[in-house]
Amino acid sequence: MTNEAPLLDASGVEKRFGAVVALKAAALTIRRGEIVALMGANGAGKSTFVKILTGALRADGGHVKIRGTERTVGSPAEARKSGLVPVYQEPSLIPDLDVADNLRLGGTDPAKFTAWMAELGFERFDLTAMIRELPLATLRIIDLARALASEPDVLLLDEMTAALPTDLVEAVLKVVKQQAEAGRSVIYISHRFAEIAAVCHRAVVLRDGLTQGEVPIEDGAEERIVEMMLGEAIKPGETAAQRAAPPPQGTPRAAVKNLGATGKLSDVSFALHPGEVLGVVALEGQGQDELFEVLAGARKPDRGSIEVEGTPRRFTHPADAIAAGLSFVPGNRADALAMQQSVRDNLALPFSARARAWGPINMRREGEVVANTIDRLQIDTRAQGEVGRLSGGNQQKVTIGRWLAHGCDTLLLFDPTRGIDVRTKRQIYPLVRELAASGASVLFYSSELEEIQMACDRCIVIFNGRVVDTMPAAEADEPRLMRAAYGLTGDAA
Amino acid sequence: MTRAKALLRDYPIIPLLILLALLVGTLEIMRPGIVGERWIANTVKFAIPLAMLAACQTLTMLTGGIDLSAAIVATISSFVMATLVPFYGATGAILLSLLPAVAIGLLNGIGVGLFRVHPLIITLGTGLIGTGCLQVYQSTVIATGSEVPEALAWLGTGRTWGFPNALVLFVPFAALILYAQRRTGFGRLLFAMGDNEGAARLAGVRGWQVHLALYALSGLIAGIAGLLYVGLIKAPSLSLAVPLMLPSVAAAVIGGTSIFGGRGGYAGTIVGALILTVLGTMLTLLQMPEGVRRILFGGIILGVAAIHLRLTDTR
Ligand SMILES: Nc1ncnc2c1ncn2[C@@H]1O[C@H](COP(=O)(O)OP(=O)(O)OP(=O)(O)O)[C@@H](O)[C@H]1O
Ligand SMILES: [Mg+2]
Repeated sequence: MTNEAPLLDASGVEKRFGAVVALKAAALTIRRGEIVALMGANGAGKSTFVKILTGALRADGGHVKIRGTERTVGSPAEARKSGLVPVYQEPSLIPDLDVADNLRLGGTDPAKFTAWMAELGFERFDLTAMIRELPLATLRIIDLARALASEPDVLLLDEMTAALPTDLVEAVLKVVKQQAEAGRSVIYISHRFAEIAAVCHRAVVLRDGLTQGEVPIEDGAEERIVEMMLGEAIKPGETAAQRAAPPPQGTPRAAVKNLGATGKLSDVSFALHPGEVLGVVALEGQGQDELFEVLAGARKPDRGSIEVEGTPRRFTHPADAIAAGLSFVPGNRADALAMQQSVRDNLALPFSARARAWGPINMRREGEVVANTIDRLQIDTRAQGEVGRLSGGNQQKVTIGRWLAHGCDTLLLFDPTRGIDVRTKRQIYPLVRELAASGASVLFYSSELEEIQMACDRCIVIFNGRVVDTMPAAEADEPRLMRAAYGLTGDAA
Repeated sequence: MTRAKALLRDYPIIPLLILLALLVGTLEIMRPGIVGERWIANTVKFAIPLAMLAACQTLTMLTGGIDLSAAIVATISSFVMATLVPFYGATGAILLSLLPAVAIGLLNGIGVGLFRVHPLIITLGTGLIGTGCLQVYQSTVIATGSEVPEALAWLGTGRTWGFPNALVLFVPFAALILYAQRRTGFGRLLFAMGDNEGAARLAGVRGWQVHLALYALSGLIAGIAGLLYVGLIKAPSLSLAVPLMLPSVAAAVIGGTSIFGGRGGYAGTIVGALILTVLGTMLTLLQMPEGVRRILFGGIILGVAAIHLRLTDTR
């Protein structure tokens, strides 16, 4: 067994984008039946490495051996033939086609695909659905099922789970494990240690494009990995139990009553107070997307009311919500970013939104605000001329940073730490707390349950378009949240 | 090699300037002695109205749109102006003639911004309607005659110390556009809207306002370009600026503005307009049948656009 050549053995891989050095010397070896985590901070080069291994990008140097023979992976098709199949960080489906057409384009067998969809929890999946109309989480699962259908020897998953709620993450992890048991291998990228600990055998750590080393997954691995990733240890964050949150009082900043929209959001009521961070927990598709869109003015509600500072409001355009102080960070960063524009233009976009701000821009003041935001969120600006060239995590920071720069009374954060590395996560929670301390209100949907305790004061659980449970964040442990999220609490009936 | 490539990618205007220099060089080889002060002034004079019409295309293309009515709007304003001079004098006629230009622009803006009609369709439509209206208008005013004011002729054809007078209008105009596209809120929104309209919306941008203002502005620019052009040609007609239609789009495309929006800018367009004008002279000198000239013209435009895309592509 050990004599067998590794399935994939890459070493000294280099890649430059103009002046940006993305990879200096990346290395990774994987054998049959192994699940290897590829870890690294935002911008470390993980996605670039995956793209090189699967032929989407060409390396500037280094060696890639597949089953012992040296190869240059020239194209994605070639990689596929050698058994290397990726799921990239960004969905790779054509929005204006339906699922079946997308499968046809990739040469995927629909029967196998449907079987995998079922395995992943989507029974009798409708192949005529338009990609444009499907939620991001579903797109990710489609990407995965499509990759699985080609029976890869090495499956490369680049932050596949970042946009997924807990139940779907479970399904993905189960499939990943099955792959390994069947003698196939998986390269697994995620910023969530819980997932790494659950399925991976060892972790390969990248820092600034250089492979730092390997860590077997065992007790205490997390600290070692983090130290390798960042070059320093980080302090554990403060949790809700350590914060004394005074009970909210007075006029709420925003009061939502009996809100309903489409079939998904049926009847949601809650109050959000100044200085409060209210968590929202829900499984996939329980109406949380619609709730946030309605509050952001991006979707019209069918019924119910929204009051801001005690005054009823009706939003017909996001501009109305922004004028009322409600700013939205959507779950899918591609919805919020102008990918071909610079980091600066993207951060400053809300400043120009209103017609009265169409005149000359005060470049110096804008420059200061932008620099300040970049600094606060530690955005990696090596490729700042075009947001689309930033690493995924850094793009995410730009979507949040925009509203920090602009300022707002109420921040609607839909899974804001998607694809963000540990260090920045630990910076974002205090940032959210800081905003709250200065009087802002935050509505914080998270697909990562432990975030509720890290960032929130209270939380509501939504099931089937209704609020089924409300609890102080200090009591929001995972078992209780999961029970409520599956609709198993007393008042759900 | 990679450094040179990176330079070209960061400053896409450089290869365009090189191309322009090459074309001028070739011309000089074809006809030694042709490239002189007079020739340059002449070329610039003809390039300016084209560059102004191409500004309409550049600005609308940044948002992913296009303004196919621009050349007709230019024709309308020039014709209306010339026929009104006998009644209202030069100033009055010029101001009045810009009204239909802005009106057509507003119509385009309403169609694109409020009714979400594709810019290609709506501007094609208003262009046709405009052509029709102009014919009706002509048949009612045919008797009164027309006149091109002195001032416009001076601006269009005159030279001072060897420089074309049109630069008096064009230099401030170009400076304003170049400044506005990157350093005003409106300019930034053009890029943002063309890149991702949904994202602009989520950031609080009301798209219809931008479209309305943009197409009205485009109409105004086209109108002014028409007045300048009639000063140059000195013979108002029902199809005055129409031949500039496709070249105005080509100038923007060669200049590196993407028809899909979000990418490009006016600097490239100006060079694009110069390239097309020089190319036009060259092909005229070749003394070939008109058909062959057109084939060459089209082929060269395609070639330049393709090469430009390759140079600025990142991967
Ligand atoms: N097309 C490109 N042009 C220029 N720079 C690029 C390009 N693609 C990636 N980069 C740069 O290469 C570096 C590595 O990016 P990469 O996407 O591989 O990071 P990552 O480890 O996947 O990060 P994340 O965890 O945020 O997804 C970043 O600095 C990024 O800006
Ligand atoms: Mg990545």
